[in-house]
Amino acid sequence: MSEYTSQELMVAVAAREIDDGDLVFVGMRLPILAYGVARNTHAPTARALFEVGLMRDQPAQGFLATMGDPPNVVGALWSTRMSNLMALMAQGAVDLGFIGGAEVDRFGNLNTSYIGDPRRPLTKLPGSGGGADIAILSRRWVTLMRHERRRLVDRVSYVTSPGHGDGTPGWRERRGLLGGGPAAIVTTMAVLRFPEGGGEAYLASVHPGCSVQDVRDNTGWDLQVASEVPVTPPPTAAELAALRRLDPDGFWTR
Amino acid sequence: MAKVMTMAEAVERFVPDGAAVAIGTALEHAIPFAAGHELIRQGRRDLTLIGPISDALFDQLIGAGCVTGVRAAWIGNVSEGLGHCYRRATELGEPHRLEVSDHSNFSISLALWAAAWNSPYLPTRTLLGSDLPSTSSDLEVADGHVRVMPVRPDVAVIHVQRADAEGRAHMWGPLGITEEAGLAAERVIVCCEELVPAEVVLSDPNRVLLPEIKVAAVVSEPGGTHPAPLSGFWKRDSAAYRAYAGRSRDPEGFRDWLKEWVLDLPDRRAYLQRLDLDAIRVRRHRLSVPVDYGDE
Repeated sequence: MSEYTSQELMVAVAAREIDDGDLVFVGMRLPILAYGVARNTHAPTARALFEVGLMRDQPAQGFLATMGDPPNVVGALWSTRMSNLMALMAQGAVDLGFIGGAEVDRFGNLNTSYIGDPRRPLTKLPGSGGGADIAILSRRWVTLMRHERRRLVDRVSYVTSPGHGDGTPGWRERRGLLGGGPAAIVTTMAVLRFPEGGGEAYLASVHPGCSVQDVRDNTGWDLQVASEVPVTPPPTAAELAALRRLDPDGFWTR
Repeated sequence: MAKVMTMAEAVERFVPDGAAVAIGTALEHAIPFAAGHELIRQGRRDLTLIGPISDALFDQLIGAGCVTGVRAAWIGNVSEGLGHCYRRATELGEPHRLEVSDHSNFSISLALWAAAWNSPYLPTRTLLGSDLPSTSSDLEVADGHVRVMPVRPDVAVIHVQRADAEGRAHMWGPLGITEEAGLAAERVIVCCEELVPAEVVLSDPNRVLLPEIKVAAVVSEPGGTHPAPLSGFWKRDSAAYRAYAGRSRDPEGFRDWLKEWVLDLPDRRAYLQRLDLDAIRVRRHRLSVPVDYGDE
């Protein structure tokens, strides 16, 4: 048995995407933990926005099942209406956003709406939430998901949250999207990244215990791979300690 | 005309069949579950639900057959994932087909502000490059922008910490899209933890959420947000969301859940008697410092 779960590794990897001083649009689920880990390790002056209507610096002291839980209000820097936070993001003030995904394609477009024909879907997913807004307006964003062929697909059939569109250089700029788009896809097996200025995802690192072949076998397109693919550094003791303080019962990470 | 009434009376008088209802406007916080359950008990039909991220209440109303339309950003169970009743309705047409107008959190807020300001539409850059406009009758792409059309609720149902008999409400903690929903709506039903004298709310008029002229009904309904949290009063009951997710996975399980927690109960008081309230009641209080409105 390993000393950490794959969810804990994802959280640690996501936390490392946060730079000190960043304004982070956090959203729900694992990114709440990732923000807390970053803030308690390498990013002590980061700030967080939660679209329910909150800005804070310190992670909440109590456990959060959602961003709307009362411990997230205690010690908040600002408790307000959602449109005020969207105003900041529309101005380009959000350095990094997190988006949950059901399905992502080689150009980083996310589908969290419909599998199959929207008029009679095979599967109806919950929808955008703030995901589309983050994808279009934040300076860069990261998505987290389980690494499965049915989730990492060649092209999504419905774009809820646009990444790099059709993958041609400058697609976002031509369409008038403000932010820079997806920076990384953090999965249970690997980290995929995108070239500067857009384009197609490539394999940037594989998690401990996974091979490049495992990753390729579980990806729904012919994944580009660098000649040397490093192993994702495992969670440090400090990252794990911070994470387990935030989720003592493993609600999110077991 | 007296605005204070029971939940049953407020729903009976102000939420007719076919109404467009904004509810759950503070996202996961302060969801008026008690009002939603009364809509189900009274057998409302053909409702259109309006909201941002909806945490389980939309799923329950859809499963109970009250809903034929949704204009929302996210419908599911936030800590558990998919909304099983929402899936059955959209995938199988059970118990009813749904007319879905997809939104993001930002666009549903803008749609309500557009209605609140009586504006023909609001132009925005959000949703450029997204397919949401293709599955929403409220969104149009034109001139390099997305036009968000006004969405006007017939009624907004909100739950606040305290209000007076005229419906002057104090709400604190995150507000989500509650203000624009209330201003855009034809009328508002205010549910509250505490019904307080006017001098309490008027001692801090900056905290009054909405103009009293919008408020049609005031319902004293302590515990009306369970299992959703309410700052200063109730923690989130995540175990209840988990139990609902499990039981609503198939239609029979959902019907059993609905019978047990809604249809067989007369009102919210009976619902609360089934809960361990001490486990979810906020006990560590944190009072703000009063402000001074002195004038001379």
